[in-house]
Amino acid sequence: MAQAATRAIGHVEEQQHPIKLYLVVWGWLFVLSTCSYLVDYFGLQGYLRWSLILLFMILKAGLIVAVFMHMAWERLTLIYAILLPPVLVLIFVGMMVFEANYTLFTRLSFFVT
Amino acid sequence: MTNPTRDSLTRPDGWEGFAADWSSDQRAFKTASWGKVMMWIFLLSDTFVFSCFLLSYMTVRMSTTVPWPNPSEVFALELGGKPVPLILIAIMTFILISSSGTMAMAVNYGYRRDRDKTAALMLMTAAFGASFVGMQAFEWTKLIREGVRPWGNPWGAEQFGSSFFMITGFHGTHVTIGVIFLIIIARKVWRGDFDQEKPGFFTSRKGRYENVEIMGLYWHFVDLVWVFIFALFYLW
Repeated sequence: MAQAATRAIGHVEEQQHPIKLYLVVWGWLFVLSTCSYLVDYFGLQGYLRWSLILLFMILKAGLIVAVFMHMAWERLTLIYAILLPPVLVLIFVGMMVFEANYTLFTRLSFFVT
Repeated sequence: MTNPTRDSLTRPDGWEGFAADWSSDQRAFKTASWGKVMMWIFLLSDTFVFSCFLLSYMTVRMSTTVPWPNPSEVFALELGGKPVPLILIAIMTFILISSSGTMAMAVNYGYRRDRDKTAALMLMTAAFGASFVGMQAFEWTKLIREGVRPWGNPWGAEQFGSSFFMITGFHGTHVTIGVIFLIIIARKVWRGDFDQEKPGFFTSRKGRYENVEIMGLYWHFVDLVWVFIFALFYLW
């Protein structure tokens, strides 16, 4: 009896959600993809373009990870173990922006005539 | 043994649960099976691989003194006599998103023990994936014919070719491997391996419908990576 209960609780792993939820997310992903395509189609430029592209990218990634990959229903332990390390990549991005600007500076100073 | 479930029944949530899980001197991931956790950790490592590709692309693009080819024009297709920007890439994006949708539904039907629907949806996912790879092959052929090489191209910075082939090639490889695995798992579902808990040929572990969800995690990740490639390489 006790063992059966343990097994039942051990199986909360099974993710069961209504199909409608997936269809709604699917629809939103289509809308967001269309939006990001339209950014290019209408040729928006500058900060508006970059911020819109990044916004749609983050929203799409969030929907996929949270609903399709069921991260929204996992325990905080797994969420932080998986989602925090990629955030640290942003530090790497910062380092490489600094490095790339320096490389560009040396190329402009010494190689471009 | 009288009350072995006390711990799981009263498991705290939020930060308290976070601290309790990590300090429990047991498995830290209480509700996720080892298979699922291992897939997540593999995907985390794969995230770093793709991050490195996108980072090196950013670095070479920022540091070159030669103008970068305009992806909007490079990836345009002639439709009805006039060029439509990025149209093939947009179609590929919609196809990959649709494949993620069918995959999510396959996982759902798997847990409802609906073998036919699960296998059919997984095969649909595989078909979407295969058509994605086909379109990518078409795109590569077109660009190579136009003279794009890893060391140069007719429009600008040489680094465009190497970044393009490296990033989309690695992603395409992931899609291809995913298609192969989808077919393997769909066959297992179809045969009823997961109903009979038949052990897998590699792990010898009992087959469960969770395998479909773990397969799904990989497939959604492939879609996820494409979201970033689409935004950062094609739209930027």
